[in-house]
Amino acid sequence: MIELRGLTRHFHVGDQTVHALRAVSLAVPDGDYLALMGPSGSGKSTLLHILGCLDRPTSGSYVLDGHEVGSLPEGELAEIRSRKIGFVFQFFHLVPRLTAAGNVELPMILAGIRPGERRARAAKALAAVGLTDRASHRPDQLSGGQRQRVAIARATVMGPSILLADEPTGNLDRASGREIIELIERMNRDGLTVVVVTHDPEIGGRARRILKLVDGRIASDGGPS
Amino acid sequence: MRAIDLTRLALGAVAGHRLRSALTMLGIAIGIASVILLTSIGEGIRLYVLSEFTQFGTNIIAVNPGKSDTTGGNPTAMAGTIRKLTIEDAEALRRIPQVEASMPVAFGNARVEHGERGRSVLIYGVTADVPRVWRFGVRHGRFLPEGDPRHGSPLVVLGIKLKREVFGEDNALGERVRIGGRPFRVIGVMEPKGQFLNLDLDDTAFVPVAEAMSLFNRDDLIEIDVAFRSAAARDQVVADVRRILQDRHQGEEDFTITTQESMLSTLDRIIGVVTKAVGAIGGISLVVGAIGILTMMWISVNESTAEIGLLRALGARRGQVLAFFLLQAALLATAGGALGVFAGIGIARTLKVVLPRLPVNTPLHYVFAALILSFVVGLLSGALPARRAAGLDPVEALRAE
Ligand SMILES: Nc1ncnc2c1ncn2[C@@H]1O[C@H](COP(=O)(O)OP(=O)(O)O)[C@@H](O)[C@H]1O
Ligand SMILES: [Mg+2]
Repeated sequence: MIELRGLTRHFHVGDQTVHALRAVSLAVPDGDYLALMGPSGSGKSTLLHILGCLDRPTSGSYVLDGHEVGSLPEGELAEIRSRKIGFVFQFFHLVPRLTAAGNVELPMILAGIRPGERRARAAKALAAVGLTDRASHRPDQLSGGQRQRVAIARATVMGPSILLADEPTGNLDRASGREIIELIERMNRDGLTVVVVTHDPEIGGRARRILKLVDGRIASDGGPS
Repeated sequence: MRAIDLTRLALGAVAGHRLRSALTMLGIAIGIASVILLTSIGEGIRLYVLSEFTQFGTNIIAVNPGKSDTTGGNPTAMAGTIRKLTIEDAEALRRIPQVEASMPVAFGNARVEHGERGRSVLIYGVTADVPRVWRFGVRHGRFLPEGDPRHGSPLVVLGIKLKREVFGEDNALGERVRIGGRPFRVIGVMEPKGQFLNLDLDDTAFVPVAEAMSLFNRDDLIEIDVAFRSAAARDQVVADVRRILQDRHQGEEDFTITTQESMLSTLDRIIGVVTKAVGAIGGISLVVGAIGILTMMWISVNESTAEIGLLRALGARRGQVLAFFLLQAALLATAGGALGVFAGIGIARTLKVVLPRLPVNTPLHYVFAALILSFVVGLLSGALPARRAAGLDPVEALRAE
């Protein structure tokens, strides 16, 4: 359960202050499927990073599963990212020198999980995204859609409760994009809370709920129109 | 994160830039190789000098006139207050229970002549105790006879090189030679002993100490060498020697006692300092290598910015990012260090073959020290880039690419 109250985020650029988020209040219940939409520069990524405990609000409160996390020390935020959050990015962010399986094992390595268990869980996560036969391929041997599926396997292998995807189809053709969204939706049906940033109205239209940001504020929040 | 996984990740990152990593390693390798090589030569010289000195035996004390302030070194003469060392002094030291021999020594340069041939050499005035005290052996004939050292007889024992120079392959025993113009009869020829530092111990002659003193026109000794039975008795012997000589010198300690130990430890110290200084010169190239690692790690952190952001998003703490880059630098440096150790030892071995007279020795603990040193150099040179990596804001890092 995500609860934001009066959340702001400012950036200082030179002597100017950029208000990326202004007084955002929002509740996302477990298992929700939320599309974040809005023009470029409206604060979607900033909100996503704060939700993922990768960034901190300037003011306001962020309560995650009943705990205020906005002011936690970095070590505890890292722990939350490791256990509860899965990130998927527009440009995949796979480590080029590691195989698909190696990339999926990465969060488990950081969490100190033993190799035997790591391998088993990576294999399972790759199977869930349909890439069992590509486990030993490097990113440059995979198509864009396949790369994003590896990234989704990596984001979910630690069993998080929230998946945060920043324009996950932005760098893919329509067919691959649809596959990715269907994959994410399947995981949502299995109980994962999903927040997807997208420009694509078709993808946004599939979500249970669309949140539209304009200039750092919530302009609308509701079901697909 | 488990250490082995961290190591594997770091190895993977280092191996990802093959050429760059190899060149960086080379920088450290050159540094470590020169440190190893230079200190090996220093250590070789130390062992060489030590073996030179211990060839005379270790249960020996030298007494010289004049008082030096510390152990070893040259006695500094204080004019007027110094009583000379005499044969009577040497005789008095014989009475110490543990003392095996107390040998008066005087020496000087003189010309040894036989017929047409002649040669200027160092002449030692000694007693029958030379074989025992200095561990010199006689090859032909015998050494100087026992007897009252105050009364010499014109007998000489030749070093083997001097004998060859003057007599060639002819028999020398029983022959007459002239030393400083005086007649002496040859009664023995010594075993070869080789060089002591730069002194050729085979190109010399031994005569009774009283003969030498008269030859060089002096009434005092240059040294008294005291040989004693067991190393355990050394301190007692030193104390007895000091007490007896002080008694004989009106209570003044106007002489210097040098034990083998003190001489060796002084030498050891001097050579140790030289070795360290020389090693430090090698260390300069290590610094250059370290700067290479720093540069390369800095570039590497800048290139991996997006990857650092990703690691943070996947749950990595700052400390893990720090460790990841520190370890890369340490691995590079240690691998370079290992390479340098092999190269250094290889060059040292080659030197030994090419220049057999150059003493070279690489103790095993140098090898370990070099490896640890390169690991530490890696950590130090990786510190700055790693801190930068750990300090990156994850959101901004993710934006890079
Ligand atoms: N690190 C930063 N420093 C300064 N300004 C930033 C930073 N990150 C985001 N911004 C600004 O905040 C606003 C929102 O950015 P962002 O959340 O990336 O928007 P979106 O993802 O909706 O395109 C923009 O005006 C952007 O320029
Ligand atoms: Mg964005």
